[in-house]
Amino acid sequence: MLGRQPIGLLFSAPYVAFLLVVFAIPLGFAVWMSFHDFFFTAPGVAVPHPFVGFDNYRAVLSDPAVLSSFAHVGVFMLINVPLTVILALVLAAALNRAIRGRVFLRVAFYVPYVTASVAVVGVWLYLFNSGGLVNKVLGPLAPDPSWLVNSTWAMPLIALFVTWKQLGFFILLYLAALQNIPKELYESAATDGAGTWRTFWSITVPGVRSATGLVVLLAMITGANLFTEPYLFTGGGGPDGASTSPVLLMYQKGILQGNPDVAAAIGVILTVIVLIIGAVNRWISERGER
Amino acid sequence: MTDTVQETAVQENADPSQVGVGPPKRALGILSTVALVVAAVVSLFPFYYMVVGSLQSEPNSGVSGAFPNPGNLTLGNFSAIDDRIDLVTALVNSGIFTGGVLLCTLFFGVLVGYALARLQFRGRGIVFAMLLLVQVVPFQLLMIPLYVLIARDYGLSDNYLGMILPFAINSTAVFIFRQYFLQLPAELFDAARIDGAGEIRTLWSIALPLVRPAMLTAVLLTFIGPWNEFLWPFLITKDPAKQPLAVALANYISTVASSVANPFGAILAGAVVLAAPAVALFIAFQRHFVSTDLGSGVKG
Repeated sequence: MLGRQPIGLLFSAPYVAFLLVVFAIPLGFAVWMSFHDFFFTAPGVAVPHPFVGFDNYRAVLSDPAVLSSFAHVGVFMLINVPLTVILALVLAAALNRAIRGRVFLRVAFYVPYVTASVAVVGVWLYLFNSGGLVNKVLGPLAPDPSWLVNSTWAMPLIALFVTWKQLGFFILLYLAALQNIPKELYESAATDGAGTWRTFWSITVPGVRSATGLVVLLAMITGANLFTEPYLFTGGGGPDGASTSPVLLMYQKGILQGNPDVAAAIGVILTVIVLIIGAVNRWISERGER
Repeated sequence: MTDTVQETAVQENADPSQVGVGPPKRALGILSTVALVVAAVVSLFPFYYMVVGSLQSEPNSGVSGAFPNPGNLTLGNFSAIDDRIDLVTALVNSGIFTGGVLLCTLFFGVLVGYALARLQFRGRGIVFAMLLLVQVVPFQLLMIPLYVLIARDYGLSDNYLGMILPFAINSTAVFIFRQYFLQLPAELFDAARIDGAGEIRTLWSIALPLVRPAMLTAVLLTFIGPWNEFLWPFLITKDPAKQPLAVALANYISTVASSVANPFGAILAGAVVLAAPAVALFIAFQRHFVSTDLGSGVKG
């Protein structure tokens, strides 16, 4: 009835309760909230939250600030995703060949990943402010106005920061995938006289295909979640809103301006987009396997 | 993630003779060494610069400022940031938040990881499917309903429980535990059951000692989550006496009132205090990402 070891149910119960309280119920609540007129009240005050259909979604989709925040994330991904895939794969392949200093290099690449964003944002602010080291080195080549107060450069700089910070994690993913490529493939390629580039392109790249799918997916999810960096780098999405992200708008609209229903609608739209990206990603990598 | 844990162990056995044979491979070897060195410098320079900047009494963002100057060294930035953020309180808050998450994840995560790997019970497939599903739902998307529920309905703002709750059981850690328990040989469990050991006893005295590396990996992975987390504690802590260091420092950065002589020095000093524990822990235990002597439990 309950299986051979029903005690497994008992072992799983706290985790299931946790998933219900922290994921399932809030997820359902978010969807419900996005279709109702919801606002904050004093605790214990019962107020009606009438059903409003798609009003919140209409408000979201007709708000130019929201639409441009999605466009900003698009710019972010256009820079972050290809850069992450190429750098992580090339560095993992190089690291896989390295004989000396491998432990040091792994640690070096991984340290940005284990450090708090808030801490490293502080250094990047110091490096990239108008009188910072980067501009001193660049001299007349430095953008004016400087990086983070320049509406063209703010978002690309944020994308560059996130690429730098996450790269070590993706290098590790690729390193693991490289280990799973059978050595015989490289041996037969060498016997057939394939060059380095040819070997890389015909054996390594297809060999890590499923890892690439995962790297792309995780990098895109990171983009969809972007909050801390625009919030701290540009004082909440400046200049002129050029670096707002959907999650930043959720915070501003939901918590600062007291419209959690609108914020929930942004969240639902964002979730749907992420799920579609995930499904497409899976479809592409499964097609490739065949 | 689990694969990465063993990856170095496998690498050590790689045949070094296949590297750097013949002239074209040598050129490639040099090229990849250059790429690795450049990448390592780019990775580490901000950390070096963080420490140098935190020790400057007069901010020097010129090229010469990237080198420590004995005449320009001070610990004053650390006391300047301590005057604005009570560093001890903030560190204690970070510690309670992180410690709470670690305890819950280890205790409940081991239980469910063991159940998923080793126990046949009704609903196991559903629990595992949920485990995979939650990895896809980004946490930030749940922040509004969680904020309404936890801060407004349950009244847990400025409360450690409210901080810990959304992270209490780390699903990635659960997944790691499951993978490690799966790798243990079935004979071990059959033998224990034949000897009449109950599931709790089998888990505690047979399985758990064999998956110590997984515990350490899970601790390291779980530690950096709450220690570095910004958004959630930022949303639910308004009282400075309850804010973890990441939140306190972020608030200082975003209101960077020039009320201290060297605001960037103070920010960098705070950043050093925030970064140091996670970096130190990672460097100290990095070799534990490597060794997985699971086979030794069966042979003999």
